[in-house]
Amino acid sequence: MTTNTMTMSLNVTKIRQDFPNLHIQVHGKPLVYLDNAATTFKPKVVIDTILKHYQSGTSNVHRGIHYLSERATQDFETTREKVKDFINARKALEIIFTKGTTESINLVTNSYGRTFLQKGDEIIISGMEHHSNIVPWQILCEEKGCVLRVVPINDNGELIFGEFLKFLGPKTKLVSMVYVSNSLGTINPIKKVIEAAHRLKIPVLVDAAQAVSHIKVDVQDLDCDFLAFSGHKLFGPTGVGILYGKEELLEKMPPYQGGGDMIASVSFEKTTYNVLPHKFEAGTPNVADVIGLGAAIDYVQSIGLENIAEYEEELLAYGTKILKSILGLKLIGTAKHKASILSFILPSIHPHDLGTLVNEEGIAIRTGHHCTQPVMKRFNVPATARASLAFYNTKEELDRLVAAITKAKEIFSD
Amino acid sequence: MDYDSRTELYQQMILEHNKKPRNFHKIENATHTAEGYNPLCGDHINIYLQLKNDSIIDDISFIGDGCAISKASASMMTTALKGKTIEEANVLFDQFHKLIKGELVPERDKNALGKLTTFTGIWHFPARVKCASLCWHTMKGALNQVVKPVSTE
Ligand SMILES: Cc1ncc(COP(=O)(O)O)c(C=O)c1O
Repeated sequence: MTTNTMTMSLNVTKIRQDFPNLHIQVHGKPLVYLDNAATTFKPKVVIDTILKHYQSGTSNVHRGIHYLSERATQDFETTREKVKDFINARKALEIIFTKGTTESINLVTNSYGRTFLQKGDEIIISGMEHHSNIVPWQILCEEKGCVLRVVPINDNGELIFGEFLKFLGPKTKLVSMVYVSNSLGTINPIKKVIEAAHRLKIPVLVDAAQAVSHIKVDVQDLDCDFLAFSGHKLFGPTGVGILYGKEELLEKMPPYQGGGDMIASVSFEKTTYNVLPHKFEAGTPNVADVIGLGAAIDYVQSIGLENIAEYEEELLAYGTKILKSILGLKLIGTAKHKASILSFILPSIHPHDLGTLVNEEGIAIRTGHHCTQPVMKRFNVPATARASLAFYNTKEELDRLVAAITKAKEIFSD
Repeated sequence: MDYDSRTELYQQMILEHNKKPRNFHKIENATHTAEGYNPLCGDHINIYLQLKNDSIIDDISFIGDGCAISKASASMMTTALKGKTIEEANVLFDQFHKLIKGELVPERDKNALGKLTTFTGIWHFPARVKCASLCWHTMKGALNQVVKPVSTE
């Protein structure tokens, strides 16, 4: 069944050498890592960059004129430039470092939401949001008396765009939507969503946590007002994320947290805030991991997102085909436009039992609700098993997954 | 460690109870009942108890939705507890907990677990321990007449 004849734009064999974590053994078998939507592995350059920072470059940033401080500040700010280029923002000051997608969204809810939203205002999200793009809005709605409206999804796991259009109205004050669903793989027509919202001058926040590692994201082309993602899902370290915001919006938003770095001057009578982006970066930032993220972006850029997307599309098609060949297996999330995420259920085996059994074969998949409980409810399942692929995965690994599922089915039959 | 964990966890008895759970129904006039939920896996269970003289478990049953471990554990728990006193049930609760944490070794430590020792190997699977313990927590909740859902989190 296995073929080695992928029409490859990528040299995956060589790429795999860049990721030390791919080469471990689990239960005496070579690891197959198919949980990339949870977090991705880090290439050696990222690990080395962080190591180098701690071994010979440790310093705080934006404070001090000694050699190390200047160098760390420069590396830190260079990463901001890299992020800017990566998502094609206009200016580096539109890039705010946070600790992840979750904090990026919370920054917008707390700063923008609490300032500009009032009782009766409506916020639109979709039925496939990650909890991190649901709960912050619910907290805001509770506090302000705003209303959360949820655009339904169809049986393929696609946004029902017509319903979205119906929701848009004079009361709508913000749209916050996921670009790529982490539990279904659906790629939302986010540009169309933004266009429709902008016709009514409604700002749009895009949760790009799962998008940035699979497709080229261009904030100017999308014209989104905010965009959030996490470094650790982009082959970078944990603990660092990005909030992109249009300059004019960030300018009029109040600070999110108070502390050092975000001020221009402090006295007990009056404090003036620092300029963008520092206004939103209170306290010592995650210097090492920000610099590590810079290395991750360089790495991804060197491979090229077009190449990644092309390879993953082929991998997804193959995975879909062979999973479907398993009797009884049902894919959850069959959108026309999908990223390489395969959620599925089996009639005879609960996802958790399946997860445990394939783990015995050295295969890491995620089982559960994937922080998207409303999606589980929509499809009337308690949980799914999910294989989420990255560009370092192979057809052979998918074959091993299918073999492991088949074996699990045997244990559960009779 | 030379040990085939898979056969240790998914033993025939567990697979069989998963397939044909015992006491899998609702007791309409139950004296005690509680609902258990494990938000991590979505496992969901309702336990029904019929107590005699406030001290003997005359009847016990469950309904719910969950993985094989949670279903088999609930099924085997109901079988083990039927006819037992509350005191005996509490002893089994404690022993079962020690067992699934790996603190009680059946061959070494005196116990009344009987077939429940099938779950011996589960402490090798930390993520699954809660699957086995959900029904027991819920049973205890029912005995204490807890009205709000019991959670393993
Ligand atoms: C679509 C989506 N949004 C948001 C998040 C939250 O990201 P983080 O936990 O890194 O803040 C995730 C991560 O699972 C995700 O998949």
